[in-house]
Amino acid sequence: MTSTDTGASSFRVRPYLLTGGRTRSAVELALETIVRSTPQGHSALESLGMERKQIVSLCAEPQSLAEVSAHLRIHLQVARVLLGDLITEGHVALQAANAQPADRPDLALLERVLDGLQAL
Amino acid sequence: MTTANPIPVKIVVAGGFAVGKSTFVGAVSDIDPLTTEAAMTKASEGIDDLGDATTKKGTTVAMDFGRVGLGAELVLYLFGTPGQDRFHFMWDELIRGAIGAVVLVDTGRLDQCFPAVDYMERAGVPFVVAINAFDGVLRHHPDDVREALDVPAHIPVLVTDARHRAAVRDTLVGLVRHAMTVATASA
Repeated sequence: MTSTDTGASSFRVRPYLLTGGRTRSAVELALETIVRSTPQGHSALESLGMERKQIVSLCAEPQSLAEVSAHLRIHLQVARVLLGDLITEGHVALQAANAQPADRPDLALLERVLDGLQAL
Repeated sequence: MTTANPIPVKIVVAGGFAVGKSTFVGAVSDIDPLTTEAAMTKASEGIDDLGDATTKKGTTVAMDFGRVGLGAELVLYLFGTPGQDRFHFMWDELIRGAIGAVVLVDTGRLDQCFPAVDYMERAGVPFVVAINAFDGVLRHHPDDVREALDVPAHIPVLVTDARHRAAVRDTLVGLVRHAMTVATASA
């Protein structure tokens, strides 16, 4: 495999400029983890860089990590790092109801999903 | 948005290329399905085909997904898996915390869904096999499909129609019931 670390490939390198080259998030976020911007985030909106500002604006309504990535057309891994930063800084908050990412839904939650589907 | 704090749950829709995964997701989603792109990680490139020119530009994997509000308190996300085998690294992320998976089957191209069935079995994810009767005509009996795919007896083999909301909903109900059986057995 030829190394692409030289920066010769703009496709690969550019997204990670947004994250300072980081690929790991400070916060564990599943694709479906729902986040919402905080009052602090809204107050700080004008001081944030473009992508971070867009995320905080979008998350005025609860959004999942996958939705943030899709709506703003940011690679999933990049969206995850940026969201992790915003959560650490208090501009965005995890929804209290998020299950732990590694957990399979328990029987009680499955029953609620079943009821919900049957009511569609 | 009816609640400030919905609980997210997730179901994975797997199967071969062009089997109708996006149609299946779109049939029941509240929103037009969205696409999220992930960059191929270095770890996954290491096991990828070295002769593939596309990886040199930085390959991305696109995943379609939809969102279904279930009452005010639950949001169900439906994620379609990327088709090709070499994107299996994304599947690990997709199935983490998922209720389970629907493996869509086109009876005209049964072999296309072998990797998905294998993967779900090995990963221990609750899953159902759903035969997509494209034209409303079922060309093969579910028992024949079960035998051809070597699907164990405890895994449901269902018939669906990816274009129709009610059929898709019934398939999802079938998966959730199966996941409940699995959860009860392991409790």
